[in-house]
Amino acid sequence: MNSNVSHDKGQEFSDARTQKIHENAKVLEKIAEASQPEWIVEPGPHLSDKSTTRRLMIDVIVALIPAMAVAVWVFGFNAIRLTGLCLVSCLATEYLFNLIRKRPGTLGDFSAVVTAIILAFSLPPTLPNFAVILGSVAAIAIGKMIFGGLGQNIFNPAMVGRAFLMTAFPVLMTTWVAPVDWKVDSSAPAAVAGENVDAVSQATPLTMLKPGSADRKLPVLRELIIGRTSGSLGETSVVALLLGAVYLLARRTITWHIPLGMLGSAVIFAGIAYMAAPGKFVNPMFHLGAGAMIFGAFYIATDLVSSPLSRKGQLIYGVGCGVLTMVIRQFGTYPEGVMFSILMMNGLAPLITRYTISKPLGGNVRA
Amino acid sequence: MSKSNLVSQFTNGLWAENPSLVMLIGMCPTLAITNSVANALTMGMATMFVLVCSNLVISLIRSQLQAHLRILVYMLIVATFVTVADYMLQAYLFTMSQSLGPYVPLIIVNCVILARAEICAAKKGPVTSFVDGLGVGLGFTFSLTLLGVIRELFGSRSILNYQILPDSFEPWVVMVLPSGAFLTLGLVIGLVNYLRSRKRVEA
Repeated sequence: MNSNVSHDKGQEFSDARTQKIHENAKVLEKIAEASQPEWIVEPGPHLSDKSTTRRLMIDVIVALIPAMAVAVWVFGFNAIRLTGLCLVSCLATEYLFNLIRKRPGTLGDFSAVVTAIILAFSLPPTLPNFAVILGSVAAIAIGKMIFGGLGQNIFNPAMVGRAFLMTAFPVLMTTWVAPVDWKVDSSAPAAVAGENVDAVSQATPLTMLKPGSADRKLPVLRELIIGRTSGSLGETSVVALLLGAVYLLARRTITWHIPLGMLGSAVIFAGIAYMAAPGKFVNPMFHLGAGAMIFGAFYIATDLVSSPLSRKGQLIYGVGCGVLTMVIRQFGTYPEGVMFSILMMNGLAPLITRYTISKPLGGNVRA
Repeated sequence: MSKSNLVSQFTNGLWAENPSLVMLIGMCPTLAITNSVANALTMGMATMFVLVCSNLVISLIRSQLQAHLRILVYMLIVATFVTVADYMLQAYLFTMSQSLGPYVPLIIVNCVILARAEICAAKKGPVTSFVDGLGVGLGFTFSLTLLGVIRELFGSRSILNYQILPDSFEPWVVMVLPSGAFLTLGLVIGLVNYLRSRKRVEA
């Protein structure tokens, strides 16, 4: 209004007109005031709840507590060392990255904590400290912050960190140890000799499946379910992971689509192979319990950023993860394929979203 | 041709239009053979030799070039000098030639050379083209060697097979693998972009 007034001031010959404009403006203001709505209609989506990034992330952390407990029970101090080190270095990397980029801090959304825990749970228990730190830096810096932070990353940061470590230190990343209290077990050869050892190296259940493996002594399914097998820190116990998964599903932090697609397709794939050649391939239930299948299906593949948005897409994504995992496990050179299958499907996720997202009624709007 | 123009033509290829870090051309050798400094250096030198010679020859015959046949003529000239470089490597640096494998003959299709022929040699005089080839070739060698230094240092603890880092340093196998090439290149390009943008703000 002010600009109008000052503009008209110069036109002295039309005082009457100026007056009229003023009057009109006042009327308009009154109308605007009167029609100020109590409820503002915003563009959709209109459904809302109280969930925040922080709440989702804390849910995941809570859900991982049982697995953490089992990890400490099975692998002892190494479990605490890996998780602690990952936490400190992931948070420090995120903090430093924000500092360098002069961005507001993002530690409060707890996503780095989740990344750290998932990364720690996917590492072999005896991994040396420098590799753990390096993996954490790679996960946060290369996996997430370089893309622009949470929500922009194409790939699951924890899996980027693990893939980096896997290719950087292939020997360290495939050195597995038996659970700590297995020293007294007669199946561990070093214990028989009565030596005082820190840890007994032992192949993971999946490594034993590979041709040429020295000790093909598959654990029974009960051991897999409880988690007393060698393997990555947090992946061993099916029952602890399922406990957390039930919590996540109940809190609706994750939906059933990705886990069902992944586990279902893996069981079907393994089942067909088992029926075709029972001597060559193992029971599909074994594949379900061994390695990171359960951990990957409920905690890694369900990462909200790097998975497709639509429900149908999530199902397709899950099936892709499951099938690729089984292809790598049964025909590839790596014993475990969860990480690579999830990374590959992460790459496809935007495409899957694009082809499965629901169309608005009457077709897409042409821009 | 004034002296300052020649200098700017030379430094242009070194930094402002560095082929692999700014123009992002010639990516195949940049990614494939920078796993050690020696490989990178040899590759850069061979490419520079071919680039300088082809630039010079193309510039000398530029008035005779037919528009529809020019690419063919470029390729023939480049191929001639690549053959020379390839045979020289085989004669004097046989093990290096073996370890570079098909990447020396592949210099023929390196688009840095074709780009310089099209942008510079076909339009400008022999002296300018010669200096341009030298600048771009040195820039290419520089960026390859930089990647080679980073990758060899972390991937095999050494530079030019001379061990730098102590034995306690666990070599990062990823750095000598192709994925390490992509990682290093991405980070180095990020750094170069950062330096360039800072310079632009200051200017």
